[in-house]
Amino acid sequence: MTQETASEEKKRNPIVPFLRIPEDPKQEPYLWGSKCKACGSVFLGERIACGKCGDTDSLEEVHLSGEGEIYVFSVVYQTVPGLEAPYVAAIIDLPEGVSIRGNVYGLDPEKPSPEWFGKKVKMYTEKVRTDREGNDVIAAKFRVLN
Amino acid sequence: MKDVAMVGGNMIKFGRYPDKDVVQLAADATIGALKDAGISINEVEMVASGNLYQSNAMIGQRVMKEIGATGVPVVNVANACATGSTAFREAYLAIASGMYDVALAIGSEQMGKMGLLGAGGGNRDYSTEGVMGTGLMPGVFGQAGVEHMRKYGTKMEHFAKISVKNHKHSVHNPYAQYRKETPLEDVMNARMIAWPNTLLMCCPTGDGAAAAVLMSAEKARQHTTNPVWVAASALTSDPWQERNPTMFDVNTVTRNAAKQAYDQAGIGPEDLSQVELHDCFATAELIHYENLGLCGDGEAGEFIDRGDPWVGGRIPVNASGGLLSKGHPLGATGVANIVEIMWHLRGQAGERQVENSKVGLAHVIGLGSACTIHIIKK
Repeated sequence: MTQETASEEKKRNPIVPFLRIPEDPKQEPYLWGSKCKACGSVFLGERIACGKCGDTDSLEEVHLSGEGEIYVFSVVYQTVPGLEAPYVAAIIDLPEGVSIRGNVYGLDPEKPSPEWFGKKVKMYTEKVRTDREGNDVIAAKFRVLN
Repeated sequence: MKDVAMVGGNMIKFGRYPDKDVVQLAADATIGALKDAGISINEVEMVASGNLYQSNAMIGQRVMKEIGATGVPVVNVANACATGSTAFREAYLAIASGMYDVALAIGSEQMGKMGLLGAGGGNRDYSTEGVMGTGLMPGVFGQAGVEHMRKYGTKMEHFAKISVKNHKHSVHNPYAQYRKETPLEDVMNARMIAWPNTLLMCCPTGDGAAAAVLMSAEKARQHTTNPVWVAASALTSDPWQERNPTMFDVNTVTRNAAKQAYDQAGIGPEDLSQVELHDCFATAELIHYENLGLCGDGEAGEFIDRGDPWVGGRIPVNASGGLLSKGHPLGATGVANIVEIMWHLRGQAGERQVENSKVGLAHVIGLGSACTIHIIKK
């Protein structure tokens, strides 16, 4: 593959399967999951069966809202090489009844506080690196809503 | 189910052994356990070997080739941090089922200076670590501690006090990788790894091996007048929970195992003389006080404040110094903490001896998740 064709075919790939990036650039990326109609449980991404009740026939795709609340967090100082630290690593509860891991920005990592519990956050997407084929790797991140 | 006696046990000092391979370390621990039981390898009827990072390398069979390849069944076990204790349970089940009379459990691991667990492997271009939260152990157990803060107002100092206790205990344990006291100020001011766990609130990686010899009651009586007994062996996996697997649930899996173990042994937490629990991080130890029923829900902060889990306190926890001091060579850990309990029950724990210990509980959790609890009694 030549340089030119690589750049022509350059894509914006989501870092996880449960982040969907519509081909139409006017449409916003969004998180999606699967809901079990039998028991109501919600999971990130695609499922072959319900991890709670075992049902295999009634899973349907659901669009997850990009807004949620911080359940708990840590502030990570020691991480893999090449990453920015410290950063706030949270578990974020989404209103659909499923949780997601996320970096949260807009908080001072040097001052972790109980006030962060329950804080409302909103998802945004950002290119975090380029993969070996030259595609953009897009991650979902979170920002505190004031 | 038949009664199962623990007749022999041994471990090597945990640490770093760059000049030896893991089979040599495991063989060393195993020969010691066989001598302690007063038997030779020829009397062993089945072997369960736990090793995580070389789980495809037939460590159990290679140990047998080192110390006596008798042709008996050997099973290699991997179950995250509960690898060693799951191997112990396989040996236990082999005796309890009535199929065998003498079984050997081996746990071993060679990690060297491995660094952060889970940081390697996979297609790094699409690694979410550090860009979409964290799945590395310090952050995961940081979050588990922060959940307790959210529910009960627990402070960083509560977790730090656990580190002070375990490091103080370790001074008396010649098998521990680190044997250094760490005052509260040092723990609080150490380099932050993942809030609220500082460096001194994280267990080190390292190398280690441990082994245990289990026998049926009839067979045990031929070898000793004074065996200790496996009063309970419980293994659970994590049941469905709405935040799991986004957030590993280390609580329910332990609570379920504790209930099963207490039921099997016919005792409650108030009957325990001591506990060796899975303090991979200081935050983990605190939440397991409640998960194991050593105190009520929301009382773990007061429990450590009062000094209850110190040797000499109401219910000594991690008299060995715990993983925070001993180190945590994954496959070895779960066998070693049972051997530690055995030494205390026999009155052989030297300066760290828990006085008049009659019943001990050994708890291990592997994320993903597996929890084992063994109750060992005189």
